[in-house]
Order: sequence, then C-alpha cells, then structure tokens
Amino acid sequence: MTTTARPPAPPVRSHPENRKWVGKSIRRVEDPKFLRGRGGYIADLVRPGTLHAAVLRSPHAHARIVSIDTDAAAALDGVYAVVTGAQAAELTEPLPDFGPDPAKHTWRCLAVDKVRYVGEGVAVVVADDRYLAEDALALIDVDYDPLPPVVDPERALDAGAPLVHEALGSNLAYERTFDFGDVDADFAAADLVVRDRLRWHRSGGQPLETVGAIADFDPSTGQLTAHTNSLSFTSYLFMVANTLRIPANKLDIHQVPAGGSFGSKLFVTKPLVLAAMCSRLVGRPVVYLEDRVDNISNCDHHGSDRVYDVRLAVTRDGRIRGIDIDTVDDYGAYIQFGVGHHGNALAQVTGPYTIDSVRYRVRAALTNKNQQGAYRGFGSEVNNWMLEQMVDKAARELGMDPVQIRRRNFIRPDQFPYFIPTGNVYDSGNYDAVLDQALEIGEYDRWRAEQTQAREEGRYLGVGLIAAQERSVFSATEFWFWFDEPGAPVTSMPESVTLNVDATGGITATLYSCAFWGNSPETMVAQLVAEEFDCDPHDVSIIYHGSQGGLPATGPGGSRTTVMLAGAVEGASAKIKRKARRAASELMEVDPDDLEWFDGGYQVRGVPEQRKTLGDIAIALHLFKHSFPEDVESGLEESQVFDHPYTTMPSADRKDLGVFYPFMGHACHVPVVEVDIATGEVRILAYAAVHDCGTLVNPRSLAGHIVGGTAQGIGTALYEEFVYDDTGQLITSSFLDYSIPTAMEVPHLRIGHVETPSPYTPHGIKGGGEGGRMMAPAALNAAVNDALAPLGVRVTELPMTPDRLRAAIRAAGVVTGGR
Amino acid sequence: MTEELQEITLTVNGRRHVLAVQPRRLLVDVLRDDLGLPGTHIGCEHGVCGTCTVLLDDASVRACITLAVQADGRSVRTVEGLADGMRLHPLQEEFWDKQGLQCGYCTPGMLMRAVEILEQVPDPTPDQVREGIASNLCRCTGYQYIVEAVLAAAPRMRSENPWDPTVPTEAKA
Ligand code: FES
Ligand code: FES
Repeated sequence: MTTTARPPAPPVRSHPENRKWVGKSIRRVEDPKFLRGRGGYIADLVRPGTLHAAVLRSPHAHARIVSIDTDAAAALDGVYAVVTGAQAAELTEPLPDFGPDPAKHTWRCLAVDKVRYVGEGVAVVVADDRYLAEDALALIDVDYDPLPPVVDPERALDAGAPLVHEALGSNLAYERTFDFGDVDADFAAADLVVRDRLRWHRSGGQPLETVGAIADFDPSTGQLTAHTNSLSFTSYLFMVANTLRIPANKLDIHQVPAGGSFGSKLFVTKPLVLAAMCSRLVGRPVVYLEDRVDNISNCDHHGSDRVYDVRLAVTRDGRIRGIDIDTVDDYGAYIQFGVGHHGNALAQVTGPYTIDSVRYRVRAALTNKNQQGAYRGFGSEVNNWMLEQMVDKAARELGMDPVQIRRRNFIRPDQFPYFIPTGNVYDSGNYDAVLDQALEIGEYDRWRAEQTQAREEGRYLGVGLIAAQERSVFSATEFWFWFDEPGAPVTSMPESVTLNVDATGGITATLYSCAFWGNSPETMVAQLVAEEFDCDPHDVSIIYHGSQGGLPATGPGGSRTTVMLAGAVEGASAKIKRKARRAASELMEVDPDDLEWFDGGYQVRGVPEQRKTLGDIAIALHLFKHSFPEDVESGLEESQVFDHPYTTMPSADRKDLGVFYPFMGHACHVPVVEVDIATGEVRILAYAAVHDCGTLVNPRSLAGHIVGGTAQGIGTALYEEFVYDDTGQLITSSFLDYSIPTAMEVPHLRIGHVETPSPYTPHGIKGGGEGGRMMAPAALNAAVNDALAPLGVRVTELPMTPDRLRAAIRAAGVVTGGR
Repeated sequence: MTEELQEITLTVNGRRHVLAVQPRRLLVDVLRDDLGLPGTHIGCEHGVCGTCTVLLDDASVRACITLAVQADGRSVRTVEGLADGMRLHPLQEEFWDKQGLQCGYCTPGMLMRAVEILEQVPDPTPDQVREGIASNLCRCTGYQYIVEAVLAAAPRMRSENPWDPTVPTEAKA
C-alpha cells in the first residue's frame, strides 16, 4: 500500500427509495424502428447521387510499394478519382494517435511507401456505385517488393528482427515497469510462489455492421458535414479536423445508430477521413462503407494479444500477498491508443482480492498485423483471466478448493471504499453475496456430485468458478499516466444532456455523443427523466445533437454511458425543477419553499388541491413570460454538463496512479463443461452468471448485456481468433473462418443480480455493459482445466480450440485411442 | 464494364415491381437501393451471417448471395412487410417485449427466419427454435431472449387471431 495523501472522495450520496421507473424492465424506447427495419444505420442514409469509395487492400504483410499505376482505373467510365497513399499524404495529416511518439510510427489513412499488414489500404477509388468502384480497384496495378514479415510478438523484440517502422529503430513501441507496494518483501515472505506462462490470442468485436461514413464537403463554406456510426470521444473531434486540415468549427459530425460495436467503433477515424478526403477532392458527397474483409483485416480494432509470465506470492493458508506480472502485448503495426489497455488492467489488477503489492511490466511489440483498438473489456478482461488462472493454480498447488481460496482473499464489505495498490479505488462491493448466489443458482454442489459420477464413467466434466471485477466509468488517465512528460491535468471526460419541456409539458432530451451502439442510452435517459418528472418513459423524446455547437461529450466506452448520462439528467432536471418551482410559486402566489414536487407537478405542502402540473407551468413559461418577474426568461430548457464524479491525479513518481475507474462492478460465473478428450471438443452443459453493477436501471437490458457479453466471451474462450500465419497472411478473413458463436454454441444462462449501490453516483448506478465478456473467458478456461485435472492437464492458451486442447492432452502423455 | 440491363419482375411484400437491372446486381442491393427498402441489412456479403435473410417464395435465402435476376417472377418478403401499419407483427411485438434485440442489425433477418420457422413448425420446442435460428448470427444478444420471443410468438401465431387488437401495440411498459 502506498501512503500517498489522497484527495478527498466526493460526498456520499443518499439514494431515493421507492423508485418508479429506475429498476424496471420496460420495453426499450429505441426498438420499434429497428423492429420495422427502419433503424437509420449509416448504410441506410446514402442518398441518390452519393459517390461510393472502395479501398484497395495490401495482399502482403510487409512490402515496399515500388509503384502504383492507376491510369486504367481512372479511365474507367463512372470513376471520379483514384487516390494513392502518397497522394492522400498530401491531402491529409496523419490520423489521430494517442500512442507514444506517433512520429516514429506514423499512421495514415492509406499506406505510403510500404505496407505493414495484410489488408492495409494502399489506394481509394471513388465511383458512381460500389460495383464500379470495385471494378476500378481490379485495374490498379501495384508493384510490391516483399519484405520479411514479423509475426510473433516476442521474436519481434529480438535484435535483428525486421522493423515494422524503421524510424522507431526497433519493434518495441513502449516499455515500462510499475511497482506498487513492496513487491520484493511480499515475495520474500511468501510460503509459495506460483508461476505460469499464459497466452491470449487476438480476437475482436466484429459487430455485424461494419464501419462507414458519409461525408459532404461544401466548397462554398468550407464546411464538412459527416455522418458516421463511429466516433465517441466527441470532445476530441478537433483531432479529426486537424487530420482533414479544416477548422474544428467547420466539422459537423452526426451520429447514427451503430449496428453493434463492442468497442470496435470507438473513435474510428479512418473511414471518415477517407470519405471526407474524397468528398473534398471531387466536390460531391461520398460514402465509404467497409465490407467484411475490410473490417476484419483493417478495422484498427483487434483485441489484446498477450504473452504473460506471472508470479504469485502466496502464504500456506492461501493468502495472496503479491503479484508480479510481465507481459508482452502484440499491438500490430500501429499503436493508436498507446498501452491504455494495460492502464485499464491496472484499474482492477488485483481483482476482488486484498493483494498488497503489484509489479507490472509491459512491453508493447509492433508486428505486421492490423493494430489493436478496443474490444469489450479493453484489456482488463485479459487481466481477469490471467489473475483467475493464477488463483486457480495456487489453489491447486495448495490443495485448496477454488471457492475457499477466493473467500479467503476477498475484500470485505466493511473495507470499502478500498484503495488497491495501484491507487485506484473500489467504491463498494459485496463479493461473498455474489459468490453465494452464483453457487446457488449455478447448483455448484449438485454439479460437483455429477462430476464425481462422470469421472467414474470416464467422462471429463468440469465446473469453472471465477470471481472478478468489472470497472466502470473511465476518466482517461489510463491512457497517459504511462508518460512522465508531458504531464497533463486529470481528464474529466464529460457527458451532457439538455432537457426541454415544451408548452404542453412534453419532454425532449438532447444527447451530445454517439451513444447508440446496441446499448440503450435512449431508454436509460427516458427512464431517468421519467423518474424525475413522473411521466411515462415512452413519452419522452430523445434526439441527438451534431458535434457542431454541441455541448462537451465523450460517448460510450469503458461502461460509462449510463452513469454519466444519469449525472447529466439529474443536473438538468434539478435546474428545470428550480425554474418550474419558482414559476409555480408565482402562478399560485405562494412561497417557493411551501411547494413540493409531487406526481408530475408542484403543489402546496399539505394542500394537494392547490397545484400546477409541469404542463401548466410550461405553457405559462412558454407563452406568458410577462406574468413573471424580469429575470425569468421564456421557455423551459436546461442543460447539464456532467464531469467524471471521482477521479484524481496520479502521483508524480507514478507509485500511485490516482483514482481513474472507481465504480467497481463484480461478477461470479459458474459454467459447467464436458470435454471430449478424443476430439478436443468442449460442450457447455450449464452456465450461471451473477453480476453486481450497483443499482439496476433496466434489469432486462442488463441481463441482455450479460448474455450477449458472455456469448462473446465464449467465442474468445473457444472459437474466435484472428489467425496470422508465419508469413503474416490473415487466414481468418471472413465469418467462414472467424467463428462467431451461433445459438447452438451459446447455452441458456441463469442470471442473478446483486445490487450494491455506488455511494458516489446518481441512484448508485455502476456501468455494466462489458461484464459478460470480462468474465466468460476466465470462467470457461477454469471449467476446462477442472475437467482435465484428472489427466494433469492445464490449458494456458486461449482460444481453446480443439487442436490446442488435443495438443495439451497429448503433451500430457494421454493416449485416447485412434491416431 | 457496364452490363446490359435485364428486365425482371419482383413481387415484394405483395407489390409488383418491374425493374431493369444489371445481371450482376445482388438482390439485397436491388431491395435496398432500387426499391428503397433498407430493412434488409448486409453483414458479411459471404452468405455466412444471415443478416440479409429474406423469404423468396416462402423459403429463406441470403439476399447478399442471390442475384436479383434469380428472383425474377418470384415473390419476396422482407421485414418491411411484417407490420400492418401502426401494428407490429406478433413476432416483432415479442422481440420488443423480451428484448430479443440490442443493436437491431441482425433483427430483420432474424425476424424473417423466425417467420419461416413458425410457418414450418408452428409449435416448436426451445431446442427447435435454437437450432432454427442458428442459421443467423447475432453478435449482441447471445440469442437467449430471441429464443424466448419466438417461443412466445408461436402460440399467438397459432391462435385464431394472432393480431389480437387487445394486445397493446403501442409503446407501453
Ligand atoms: S450478409 Fe448475407 S449472409 Fe451475411
Ligand atoms: S441485435 Fe445486434 S447483432 Fe443481433
């Protein structure tokens, strides 16, 4: 533990009881349009007359571009422009990059001079339609000079490895070791040091809708109007303007619903920049829509790809004292978010346990692959898996039960708020309660009995059990505390809402960031507004403001949307009510202090028949301003910019990273699997998941996220991998090879909720959008290891494909008949 | 590379259209771009995900790997044909009620597949529904509430009046 003096926590809130709408599984307000096929996704917004762009992708992992001949393509009827990477570099600045030293690994919308991964764009064609654009692509002649590729992240760091970026001088984009607490002392005092080497391969969000953008540049005003299904980080749009060399106040981005993201649409600038560059060049609106191959090979949002060497310091009675983590992460050819994914892991690196010290060494390797971006969990899901693997291994070596070792190390409810060694705080939690419920609904004891029986029959049944964290509401410190210089003040990552009450009392809420990704920001806001104003959530209108002239906003990511929007709604509602109360007092000629809000209006305390509904007040404020004192303006509209409620600065020496992810969810997953040791196939027999995300806003929505996230976690654990072969070829470039779980692979989940309200957020809400995927890979790995325990087999690599399982089983000397 | 246009007749959601299309144009593009029916979505363009599922003469096909000329003279049903004005189809109702959708992108294809399942097996078991919808990928929901929705719609579809007007169709909790 560090002794740094800590800034005070925000005031502890008291949460209202008897909520009417918060906590109800109402039908989502977003859904009718989607059910009717009128979602208004980006592809649906293409108007006649819009030109289509298509990108020529590199077939090589690593090659010098000797020359590009575009003449034949440009001569084709219906083609308006062909732009090579070199020409694009004249038209645009490099893409926004939050990584270390971007000048040493410059990232552009199209490759210049050399290609660094299969799928990297080398030229873009603009044509009357997509068919013609693709015809033209086939006519572009690129002369490549292939270079040796670097594919393995550890070998990429060897001296003499081919360089992905010559300017960097090596493939090590970043390295740092952080020490929190007295790691050496904890290891010296340990009775047992558990070691392991673990491997997590890359997968990705792969939403069914790819990324797209429609750009319309107006040469007469210099204004660029764009629609795109990406771009949260609305507050950082000036960076996109800079890439396009236009003033930020001439860039107006309109958010459209995204057909899924799971992180992979977080701040995707490349399609927008391509479309915008082309639109400015040809003077017409241009749409660029990735196809599936574009998205799989060139989305800039592959997930983590890590090798771990870990040591765990444990006492004989099962107490975990310290953890020493050494990881190499394969970032691919660029590193747009730096090692923010490891910052994310540091938010909850010690899990739900009272581990005293942490050493964290990260090396970011560059290779000839598509770069990492965001995928549900943003790197902390990998940490969850690593930690739970280590805890299980410790239990095995100590002869302890997996339940027992976890209970032994849990942070107790009376220890919150609890600062973990890295300096982040966990606001609240009740881990035993979650575990108890998971054991119950997961029928843990019954499955243990079945397992004994199955083993007697020679079947390999395994029960997994993991207890892990789900941090929520990021403050972005995780992206920059890695660098001592330049120091930056703490980032507040705001979110804004405007509430407008029209003359009839109808309420419209305006949101300022791209918020719909399949989560339900509109339903959440509608429920929260309904809670404040006692109306029906389905009667609340929700609109989105474009970026131009919009209030500060960040958008979804890091399970922040619900909490941040709740804060903004709360603030805007309070302002509306303040004005409404004053207006009501004027209308009824009573003292404002004598009024109370009740059932959709203000009434005189103790005299319920003397009241004005919100509608009464609103019409007066809209039409009869002169009935009010001088300083009351017409209308009833208020905004609130809500800033991160609890984040603090890291210490200068970085021995304490400050508070940056304080609202800590928790979950326990209990899957039961059967492994066919002859084929390596894993069948899930049962699955229970209990989550604690604080106060629930819409239990059915959250349950949907838990099931959906778990389904993705099942993919991560068993099926999904972007496989690059030794030559750097991506051999999983379609859904035929990149296997997303179908309804046959995802079992029926039993779901439980525990609600430990956050003391620091409106209603006590914590974020909950990522939890399923943050738990399932660890849980399934635990289950498979439990199944194979009698054979002495432990699987330490994900995904656990049949060939990997068979290899592990064979390596243990198990003969299964046949080959 | 401009190809000769070919005249085709498509009956889409009961309405006849005579169109001139390039033989290489995909059914999904003709539905979306030529007929202004954007409800049929594109997920993979490889015939894998089922996002583009429509019913062609009552059998589901993947409109991303079907040429429009292959549908000449045939009838196509898309998600736009499900609701009756303001009133949602019972399957749409149940998808809404059970939250059988999140981002909504797979939903039109999933709904059309569900229509086909219930036309073929009016009283399916949960396993039959699961196996049935395994033709279509959904990246958001994990399928559980889609299965629930289809199972809930089945008895309504079998009933005398599946569109029972007493069932609320407007937005109410
Ligand atoms: S888009 Fe047609 S099957 Fe995927
Ligand atoms: S609801 Fe998003 S893909 Fe199914």
